[in-house]
Amino acid sequence: MTAPNTNDVVVLDDVVRTFGPVTALDHVSLEVGAGEIVGMLGPNGAGKSTLLSLVTGQRRPDTGTVRLFGADPRTAAARIGLGVTPQETGLPANLRVGEVVDFVRGHYPDPMDRDELLARFDLTELVRRQTGGLSGGQRRRLAVALSLAGRPRLVLLDEPTTGLDVEGRRALWSAVLDYHREGSTVIVTSHYLEEIEALAERVVVIDHGRVLADDDLGAILAQVQSHRVSFDSPATAATVEDLPGVTSATVDGEHHSILTTDSDAFVRALVDHGPSFTGLEVRGASLEEAFLTMTRSPAQEAA
Amino acid sequence: MSTATVTRPAGATPPTGATSPPRPLGVVRLSLVHAKFNILETVRVPISVIGNLLFPTLALFFFVIPQPMVTADPIWSLVAVSGLAMFAVMSTFLFTFGVGVAEDRALPFDPYLRTMPAGAAPRMMGRIITACLFALVALVPIGVVTAIFTAAAPSPWQLVAGVLTLIGAGIPFLMLGLFVGYRLSSKAALAVVQVILFPLAFAGGLFLPAEMFPDWLSTASTFLPSRAARDLVIANITGEPVAYGYALPVLLAWGVLFTAVAVWAYRRDEGRRFR
Repeated sequence: MTAPNTNDVVVLDDVVRTFGPVTALDHVSLEVGAGEIVGMLGPNGAGKSTLLSLVTGQRRPDTGTVRLFGADPRTAAARIGLGVTPQETGLPANLRVGEVVDFVRGHYPDPMDRDELLARFDLTELVRRQTGGLSGGQRRRLAVALSLAGRPRLVLLDEPTTGLDVEGRRALWSAVLDYHREGSTVIVTSHYLEEIEALAERVVVIDHGRVLADDDLGAILAQVQSHRVSFDSPATAATVEDLPGVTSATVDGEHHSILTTDSDAFVRALVDHGPSFTGLEVRGASLEEAFLTMTRSPAQEAA
Repeated sequence: MSTATVTRPAGATPPTGATSPPRPLGVVRLSLVHAKFNILETVRVPISVIGNLLFPTLALFFFVIPQPMVTADPIWSLVAVSGLAMFAVMSTFLFTFGVGVAEDRALPFDPYLRTMPAGAAPRMMGRIITACLFALVALVPIGVVTAIFTAAAPSPWQLVAGVLTLIGAGIPFLMLGLFVGYRLSSKAALAVVQVILFPLAFAGGLFLPAEMFPDWLSTASTFLPSRAARDLVIANITGEPVAYGYALPVLLAWGVLFTAVAVWAYRRDEGRRFR
C-alpha cells in the first residue's frame, strides 16, 4: 500500500518537540506518501496531537524538520492542500452552517462546491441553522465537512468520531473513505482501535512521543490484539513467564495474570506442561494494556 | 451519502508532482472574507451593536439638546457633538479589539484558522474593516440628531475632515484595545475596557466639555489621548485651531506607546500558543 516516497505528502525527519520538562515527541521520523490513508493510534497524551500541530504549522519543532508537500507548513502556500477539522466545540455559535462553510471555502483557490460538500455530510437541511443550535453529532459532521471545504490533497482528522453513536460514526467513516478513494491522502488519529480498523490501511502506533510501530493494518492488529489470561496456581511467576507467548506476567498471592498475543498457544501450553491451575479466565486486553506490552517487550527480550 | 460525488467525480486534485504549486489567495480578498465573517458574528448579537449605537446618541439627547445656549451656537454644537462622536469611535475600537480579540483567543476556532492558507494579516485587516464600519454606523444617528436639533453647520469638507480625524484619532485606542485583547482573558478584558473607557472619556472632555473643567483638570487632561483626539477632531470640523500646540504630539506619543505594548502582547501570546 505504501506509495513511492518521491511523492511524499508529509515528511518528519528526526523531530523533537518539548513542552517545558515534557518531551511530547522524541526523535520521530515519519513519511506519508500520496494516496495513503494512515491511522495514528495511541493513548491520550501520546504525542498524536503535537505531531498534527507540527504538520498543520501551528507549532514548530525544537529540532528536526517537518515538510508538508515539500514545503515548510508554517507558510500559507504549503497549507493550500491541507484540510483540518476544527474542534466542534469551537465553531462560531452565532453563524449559520452555510456561512461557516462559505467562510472556510473562501480561503482556498479551488474550493469544493458548497451543495456537494453539504450533501456529502448530510447537512443540506441544516444550511440555515446556527451552529450553536446543532446537536453534537451534527456539529461533528460539520467539523469534518470543513476539512474537505478546500478540496485538500491531505486531510488530517483528529479523533473524528469521538462521542458519536454507531450510526453517525459509520456515516462519517464512509464519507471520509469516499473522499480518500477520489485520490486524497488521509491521516486520522484515534485512541479507538475500531476507528483505525475502519479507516486505515497503514497504522502508526505512538506512545510517550515515540513511534512504537509502523506497519500495515493487519500486522498491527495482530500485535495489538493481546489477551489477558488469569488463573490461580501455586506456581512461581518465573515458571509462568517461561510459557510460550507471554509478554508480561504479574502475580498477586496465587492469582496469576498474564498478557499474551496468542492466548490459544499459551493455554495449550499451560494445560499440556504447565503447573496445575484453577479458575482460568481469558479476555481481550484493553488497548492501553496492549500498548504496555508493545513498549515493554523489547526491554524484556533484552533482559 | 455519496450520491453527490456523481456530479463531480474528482473530489481531490490528483496529487501529481508535475503541477506547479497553487498560490494562496490575495490578502485583500481574504481580508474581505474575514470582514464578512466578523460582521456576521457581530450583527448576530445585535445588542452589542445597538448599545454602541444608542449610548452616544442618547447622551446627546439628554445632555446637549436641552441646552439652547449650546445648540443655538454652531461652534459650541460641534464641540459638544465631537466629544460624543469621539466617544462612539473610541468605545467601538476598544470593545471590538479588546473584548473581541480576547474572546476569539479563547475559542478553539482561532487555532483552527491558523491551519488555513492565510496569515495573521487578513484576520487583522478583517477586524479593522469591521471596526471602522461599525464606528461609521455609530456616527450616523449622532449626525442626524445634530443636523436636526442644533445650529451646527460644517461645510462638506469640514465634515469629511472631521469624520476622517475621528477614525484616525481612534487608532491609538485600537492599539490599546489590541493590547488588552492579547494580554487578558475575555472576562477581564470586558471589565478593563469599561474601566479604561469611561474615566478616559470623562477626563478627556468627551461628555462634559473640557472648557468647563477647573483649570488644573483642563491642563492635566490635555496630556490624555482622549482629550488630544477630541481637540483635533474639533479643530478639523470647525476649522479653528486647537488652543494649545501639542495635541497632535500627545496623541502620537500615546499612539506609539499603545502600539508598542500591543505588539509586545501579540508576540507574547503567539509565543505562548504557537511557538
